[in-house]
Amino acid sequence: MKAKEIIKNGLLKENPTWVLILGMCPTLATTTSAVNGLCMGLATTFVLMMSNIVISLLKTVIPDKVRIPCFIVVIATFVTIVQMVMQGFLPSLYESLGLFIPLIVVNCIVLGRAEAFASKNNVWHSMLDGVFMGLGFTWALTLLGIVREALGSGSFFDHNFIGGADGMLLFILAPGGFICLGLLMAAINRLKKS
Amino acid sequence: MAKKAESTLKNMLLALTLIALVASLALALVNRVTKGPIEDVNKKKTAEAVTKVLSVPDPNDSTKMVPIYKDYTVDTVTLTDTIKGKPTEFVLTRYTATDAEGKVVGKAVESYSDAGFGGRLKAMVGFDAEGNILGYDILESNETPGLGAKAGQWFQRDGKGNVIGKNMNEKPLGVKKGNEGDVDAITGSTITSRAFCGLVNTAYKAFLTEKGGNEQ
Repeated sequence: MKAKEIIKNGLLKENPTWVLILGMCPTLATTTSAVNGLCMGLATTFVLMMSNIVISLLKTVIPDKVRIPCFIVVIATFVTIVQMVMQGFLPSLYESLGLFIPLIVVNCIVLGRAEAFASKNNVWHSMLDGVFMGLGFTWALTLLGIVREALGSGSFFDHNFIGGADGMLLFILAPGGFICLGLLMAAINRLKKS
Repeated sequence: MAKKAESTLKNMLLALTLIALVASLALALVNRVTKGPIEDVNKKKTAEAVTKVLSVPDPNDSTKMVPIYKDYTVDTVTLTDTIKGKPTEFVLTRYTATDAEGKVVGKAVESYSDAGFGGRLKAMVGFDAEGNILGYDILESNETPGLGAKAGQWFQRDGKGNVIGKNMNEKPLGVKKGNEGDVDAITGSTITSRAFCGLVNTAYKAFLTEKGGNEQ
């Protein structure tokens, strides 16, 4: 029963992007295309899952007063692993996400889930929470990426559908990111209500 | 559930030290696995960029590009160029390309300009032995998407502001606007275009430098 609730929370009810409105910096910066959004989401999901597992395992041995530095060390370790693996094996992706990978360390979703969930719940539930919060973040970023890419560059997952014409540049730039995010957020919260 | 560790000095020290130790150990292990591939990727990227800027169209099939060289050596060049009236020091990597007999057929220079619209614009520029521009490849750019970011295609052979084939001996590159030169600037991105011309001019200075000193 609890597991079901965790899944629902991550994907929709407490979705980090649409409902908690956390991690806005990578959300706006990396969603210039659907692929970038998807990959950023998946990288964050991996970090969330691993850090939630480890922090949940360590929750009884970490004294309260030093819990934040301990969490950050754990999170930073996994982020660095993601970064090195990506740089070595997925160089083109690393180039387009480059700067934002190390910033996952200070992504409030990751620290937020460690503090609010993993440090209070068992390993199984923490892992589930990490995975589904991550997937919630991923689908939000992917959707935003799809919309911005379609309007801004006229393509869908890098497949151009408007020929040689230029897209609406605004949507690739930061203001368009804000506009899309706001409108999608409104639409999703409206849908959630009904 | 086990009791939570108390926040005593001993516990705090122990927890932080152990976690940091385990974390560094894990990173060291991952680093050993990824170090090789990361180096390979970087080397491949450089080699690809050098090939790209030191290639000419195949005389038999103009859609294909063939490199003009057999091998290249790498050195660094230190030079001073005047940027916006101020002398600025550059340390650039230069690739000297040679043919099968060891004759120098061209040079590629990794050059940059800090005068881009979004900061640094970095590109590899290739020259043949006479100082004609053979090609270029943008390596790092923070220019505006859709405007300055077009620099990757705009100045290429089939672009509107084609600079390929221009001889740098005659005069340095400059945009038409303000009579600085004869290059068609990217529409709406004169600043990026100026930065691009600037970095090509700097690259040409590195091309002319006889010996950079630091052989690698």
